[in-house]
Amino acid sequence: MPTDSSVRVRPLTAGPGVMAAMVAVVRRDLQASFRQRQDLLNPLLFFIMVVTLFPLGVSPEVSFLQQAGTGILWVAALLATLLSLDHLYRHDFDDGTLEQLMLQPQPLYLLILAKVLAHWLVTGLPLVLLAPLLGVMVHLEGNSIGILCLTLLIGTPVLSLIGSIGAALTLGLRSGGVLLSLLIIPLYIPVLIFGTGTVAAAAEGAPVSAYIALMGAFLVLALTLAPFASAAALRISMSNS
Amino acid sequence: MWQFFHKLGSPKWFYGIATRLMPWLLVGGIALLLAGVVWGLAFAPKDYLQGNSYRIIFIHVPTAFLAQSIYIMMAVAAVVTLVWRMKLADLFVRSVAPVGAVLTFLALFTGAVWGKPTWGTWWIWDARLTSMLILLFLYFGVIALAAAIADEKSSARAVAVLVLVGVVNIPIIKYSVEWWNTLHQPATFKLTERPTMPAEMWVPLLLAVLGLYLIFGWLACLRMQTGILVREKRTRWVQELVRTGGH
Repeated sequence: MPTDSSVRVRPLTAGPGVMAAMVAVVRRDLQASFRQRQDLLNPLLFFIMVVTLFPLGVSPEVSFLQQAGTGILWVAALLATLLSLDHLYRHDFDDGTLEQLMLQPQPLYLLILAKVLAHWLVTGLPLVLLAPLLGVMVHLEGNSIGILCLTLLIGTPVLSLIGSIGAALTLGLRSGGVLLSLLIIPLYIPVLIFGTGTVAAAAEGAPVSAYIALMGAFLVLALTLAPFASAAALRISMSNS
Repeated sequence: MWQFFHKLGSPKWFYGIATRLMPWLLVGGIALLLAGVVWGLAFAPKDYLQGNSYRIIFIHVPTAFLAQSIYIMMAVAAVVTLVWRMKLADLFVRSVAPVGAVLTFLALFTGAVWGKPTWGTWWIWDARLTSMLILLFLYFGVIALAAAIADEKSSARAVAVLVLVGVVNIPIIKYSVEWWNTLHQPATFKLTERPTMPAEMWVPLLLAVLGLYLIFGWLACLRMQTGILVREKRTRWVQELVRTGGH
């Protein structure tokens, strides 16, 4: 029945375009984040503190820190991202914004992509910017610090994207935080391996373009697939509540 | 074909079929597994390099084989859950996830026992060991999520999404871990190549693998039947079944 379906489709295509909607979501999320400044700061403080634990807990020797520094920074960034994921949907879920977002005519996965972008801008990007400072504190060399920042720049969006699936799946559950870590950490392993592997290769003087390209491939894969899974998971979680 | 598929969606029909199938699965499974293991442990020739210690392969390989293929089966069932909303597919996923976790653990454990005489250590951060450990984590995640969501329908679909996300990631995890560090010997069976070990070794191994598959089938039926009884406890046929004791 072509006439029937055209009637149903018309109101959906009305309203702002997809790009406009995505920009609006990003702007709104950024604005909401900057009104809760402490929430922005917490993952960063956590990142710094976890990195501080290693020299205290294992060894402050320069040789050890130089060798383990990349891994420490990467693991700390990973944990900080994990910790911040709970905020990705939680507030919007509590005040009903998420429901409105799902009712929008624009495809949900694009709106989720916008939300994850906003989330990365306020959590992942600051981690990347803070990494050189902590890199100096664990005695990494200048070249390694540069490569480390590059891998974090490519890697943290992947962490946010994969994490959004877990955040959507555990939305509204009582023990959501721990469960979220349980579900997501295994999926983070490839990013961690290649993130630290790139810096290790650079420290040995090997060419790193292949590693960077592989990390880029992870990012592209996560960008294309994760929002779909996240949208499906959100629909399930919302129908539950 | 389609009629069969629709029938498969009916818990009552599946319960009946499973009851008839289970004795065959159990007897066949035990027979094959016993034949394979006894042949392998007692009669198969010694390995020229590893001596008798290689014989744990007849337990190690079947468990590792099953551990991996159960996750693939769960992924197929997850697609069925999401596309056709079939309750039995979801029941399969949550019934076999603990079985898969136990078999993964057994594969790791027998691997450690085997590693001690051959590599001189219980555990190494080797690629295949590590990816099995990650597989165990993925199973734990599925079990935890299945237990966390009370609502049956959304629990089913959420678990299905998680299983599918996991199955997309398994090859990525496997190859990145392999690239990271490798020491383990390559896989014993490949579908594309003839096995490199003599027939007296791989035939009992194959028997043990098939036997464990059948026992897994029996266990899956048993657990699913229990799940059906719990879920359908308000229906008349279950109440009748319980009253008559299944006769």
